[in-house]
Amino acid sequence: MTKKSEDLAKRSRISTLKMVHSAKASHVGSSLSLIDILAVIYSEVADDSDAVLVSKGHAAAGTYAVMANVGKFPLEKLETYGMDGSTLGGHVNHTGNEGVWLSTGSLGHGLPYGIGLAIAQKRRSLGEKTFVIISDGECDEGTTWESALFAQQFNLNNLVLIIDRNRIQSLAGTEETLRLEPLLDKWKAFNWDACVVDGHNHLELEKSMQASYSPKVVIANTVKGKGVSFMEDSVAWHYKSPSDEELTEALNEIKGSKE
Amino acid sequence: MRNTFAEHFLQLAKADNRLILITGDLGYGVLDKIATEIPDQFINAGIAEQSMMSMAAGLASQGYRPFVYSIANFPTFRCLEQIRNDVCYMNNPVTIVSVGAGLSYGNLGYTHHAVEDISIMRSLLNIDLYSPGEPIEVQLCISDILELDRPAYLRLGKGGERALSSEQVGKTCENRQIRTGRDGYIAFTGGIGALAIEAHELLAELDICPSVISVPKLTRENIQKLNLQIANSHVLILEEHVLGGGFGSWVLEERENMRLQFLTERMGVDQSNKSILGSQRYLLEQSGLTADSIAAKFRSLLDLSRAKF
Repeated sequence: MTKKSEDLAKRSRISTLKMVHSAKASHVGSSLSLIDILAVIYSEVADDSDAVLVSKGHAAAGTYAVMANVGKFPLEKLETYGMDGSTLGGHVNHTGNEGVWLSTGSLGHGLPYGIGLAIAQKRRSLGEKTFVIISDGECDEGTTWESALFAQQFNLNNLVLIIDRNRIQSLAGTEETLRLEPLLDKWKAFNWDACVVDGHNHLELEKSMQASYSPKVVIANTVKGKGVSFMEDSVAWHYKSPSDEELTEALNEIKGSKE
Repeated sequence: MRNTFAEHFLQLAKADNRLILITGDLGYGVLDKIATEIPDQFINAGIAEQSMMSMAAGLASQGYRPFVYSIANFPTFRCLEQIRNDVCYMNNPVTIVSVGAGLSYGNLGYTHHAVEDISIMRSLLNIDLYSPGEPIEVQLCISDILELDRPAYLRLGKGGERALSSEQVGKTCENRQIRTGRDGYIAFTGGIGALAIEAHELLAELDICPSVISVPKLTRENIQKLNLQIANSHVLILEEHVLGGGFGSWVLEERENMRLQFLTERMGVDQSNKSILGSQRYLLEQSGLTADSIAAKFRSLLDLSRAKF
């Protein structure tokens, strides 16, 4: 049942590349690694009443691309991305953007905010869930681990955390910066229901994101820049924006892919 | 004031389940009744102020009215970005309750003093600042906070503050004239009001009688109202806060904005002695904040004003 989400991801990658090209914006690599996760959440897993928080706010282009392609707001609005006076900028922003639960951009805010939402949802007893997506570099932030304590203490089994594990942060690899491994064991030690999946396999993602008996964390192994071979697994594409030629090449590769 | 807060909050929360007290693992002997009588409305978030503040913002976004309680530096400086982004920018009605305003926790040392908080908080978006000077003002501030649906910062002393005003003084947290006089003004915010009243009594012995105004809610509008009242007279401004960016600084800014004329003197916390330990009163003395020095400062201001006008 993943045809819908795979088609959504493909369209969202095309939108994202066009957006960062036209705005000459950065963070395309982070957006491309996140898109499959968000596509599955929006089209297969989350209900309209569920909360979806993109805590890695620098992946705004990819986030907005998925939201528009799934119908949260008009596709034409994406053309304003990064332009003067637009509500769509380099970090996820709630003002003027329907469907955005939290403005992010400073890492380590989405998870604790999501805990507040999840507590409120549990008090309402309507079966609502909260999905939070963080980057693996975001695990450097102290609030990630404070929140790991909170969620298990408050029995938030309606909270699903997805870690976009692309193994690259701002200046270098995550392991050479502040080693995160063994990451799965860390979360298990914090009493979370933890698993590792292929973060570009929609079926695996969908299965993994079902709510559980305790707070749930999905470590989604991803590739930064996924889908565009010359952007993949590269620190440089955390910053660079594609030239006209690079855009054409990237779009051809995405459009030619079988998904 | 913290006990007044806890008692008043408990009464209100029993009738309104949107109210939730979140503490950063502090409040021993103060919050016990809240914890035992309304356990569903009490969360101990442990020693994790940043996540506590973001969590409170998330709860507030869903219709709850969380009051985040901790000491001085913790629910402020320790989690400033969470306040800035998740509370203020998102416009979530979290109330930050900071206990131990100014030098209240004098003996605990510099790390536990809150003498820069007004300056920092007033530069943030959407948030209202409350700085009550006596127990009745705590209640007035809480009523105002609950009437509005906005982020709020409630700056409380530690405890034992005495009543300063009679029952006739206003029933809202707008500027409160707690002494009426004829020789100009003393204006203050927060717990330093007790010294203002002592100074007022010393001045009365010399037949000098200024009006004394408490400003428990620090907003641009209230400071403009204060300035209009003072216009063409003179005012001594007192605060348990550094002078830069505090209450007095705000009064001066608005005086310029409003193109008003009045003489001012400001007295606040001098941080050059920051390594000295001692009681609140002792540390205030080190900053020149005693009833005697306040009275003397007012007399020299009065002389200056008479010479000038």
